Amino acid sequence: MRHLMNPLDFSVEELDRLFDLANDIEKNMGKYAHACEGKKLATCFYEPSTRTRLSFESAMLNLGGSVIGFSDANSSSASKGESVSDTIRVISCFADICAMRHPKEGAPMVAASRSSIPVINAGDGGHQHPTQTLTDLLTIRSLKGRLNNFTIGLCGDLKFGRTVHSLINALVRYEGIKFIFISPEELKVPDYITDMLKEKNIPYEEVIRLEDTMPELDLLYMTRVQRERFFNEEDYVRLKDFYILDKAKMELAKPDMMVLHPLPRVNEISVEVDDDPRAAYFKQVQYGVYVRMALILTLLETDTDSLT
Amino acid sequence: MLNVGKIEEGFVLDHIKAGKSLSIYHHLQLDKLDCTVAIIKNARSNKMGKKDILKVECDINMLDLDVLAFIDHNITVNVIKDGEIVSKKELVLPKEIKNVIKCKNPRCITSIEQELPHIFVLADEEKEIYRCKYCEEKCREHL
Repeated sequence: MRHLMNPLDFSVEELDRLFDLANDIEKNMGKYAHACEGKKLATCFYEPSTRTRLSFESAMLNLGGSVIGFSDANSSSASKGESVSDTIRVISCFADICAMRHPKEGAPMVAASRSSIPVINAGDGGHQHPTQTLTDLLTIRSLKGRLNNFTIGLCGDLKFGRTVHSLINALVRYEGIKFIFISPEELKVPDYITDMLKEKNIPYEEVIRLEDTMPELDLLYMTRVQRERFFNEEDYVRLKDFYILDKAKMELAKPDMMVLHPLPRVNEISVEVDDDPRAAYFKQVQYGVYVRMALILTLLETDTDSLT
Repeated sequence: MLNVGKIEEGFVLDHIKAGKSLSIYHHLQLDKLDCTVAIIKNARSNKMGKKDILKVECDINMLDLDVLAFIDHNITVNVIKDGEIVSKKELVLPKEIKNVIKCKNPRCITSIEQELPHIFVLADEEKEIYRCKYCEEKCREHL
């Protein structure tokens, strides 16, 4: 039995198989409509995230399975003081697979160590968000046709932004990637990431101005400055509108540059950019459903070859 | 000059950084052993200027070398039998340490689930960096 805690839990070859399956699902949705009939997904969300939860639920329903779960800690036994270890043992009796989001870092790992069903980390604090990473990788691979040889700019909250940390960890396994970290001083990428890049001799730059770096980018990954990651409201207010991607900045970019965003966006991408063909963030949401479908099938060890 | 006599069987921890011996005494849980322990502080040392020494009269297997290596792998561990040094143990950084230090990250699951063991994993042997197994926060605690 396998879990997904970190994007690195799957090898590059396993990811290729997962993405091939996701692309097949995209083309042949009908073929997979009953693949998980009789199976249940538990969505255990200890903090609200409508988007990720609905993406998981949509994925399971598309596969003909059912969904149970809770969408915030107050409606779970956590409010009565139950530990994650106990909750997952109980959930294991109810469901066949579990997607867990938790505000505390490492909580899904604790759950996986006690679980008798596959556990998917659906985001743990500021730490990892592997299914977002799978979504990002699938989007890049499907729209760009490759996962190597490009310069990617990551912009916004690089300190607390778990999607960014997960994406970097996943991309370092591909050849010819250069990272440009665009953030205010206070939201710089953590040292364990830059230490890792130095150790692997992977090129990176840390800059403050987005405009200066736009012409160089093949991909731009924008992120939101998240209020819930700050202990201090004053810092949040000061930093939340530090970057705004608008038409003028897009004019500086390559014609085939692609803009990604894990969503929800607030002010960091102006709505005027939405109609630009290079804006890929809504397509990304759709790829998120396909990749979660592929992931559920893979972790449940479904025989997809026998599907017609 | 203060003299502390030889021990017949046990170990002598030499070249402890001056002032660290009580911390080591605590982390090796020597207070729980029913044996003779000599704590020598600020002994003169040609190599270090000042150093601490711990002499413990007990079975050598009772010593947790992993914890000791985590605290300071430059400590010399002399194994004593019949009053003589019979071997020196080399300290190697442990791959994992359990319940020696606590994760200080307020966002870590260990901050709310008290029964979880605090586990740190050796992430970079060269730089001697340990990270929390759960949240990957770097260990910033010096014992």
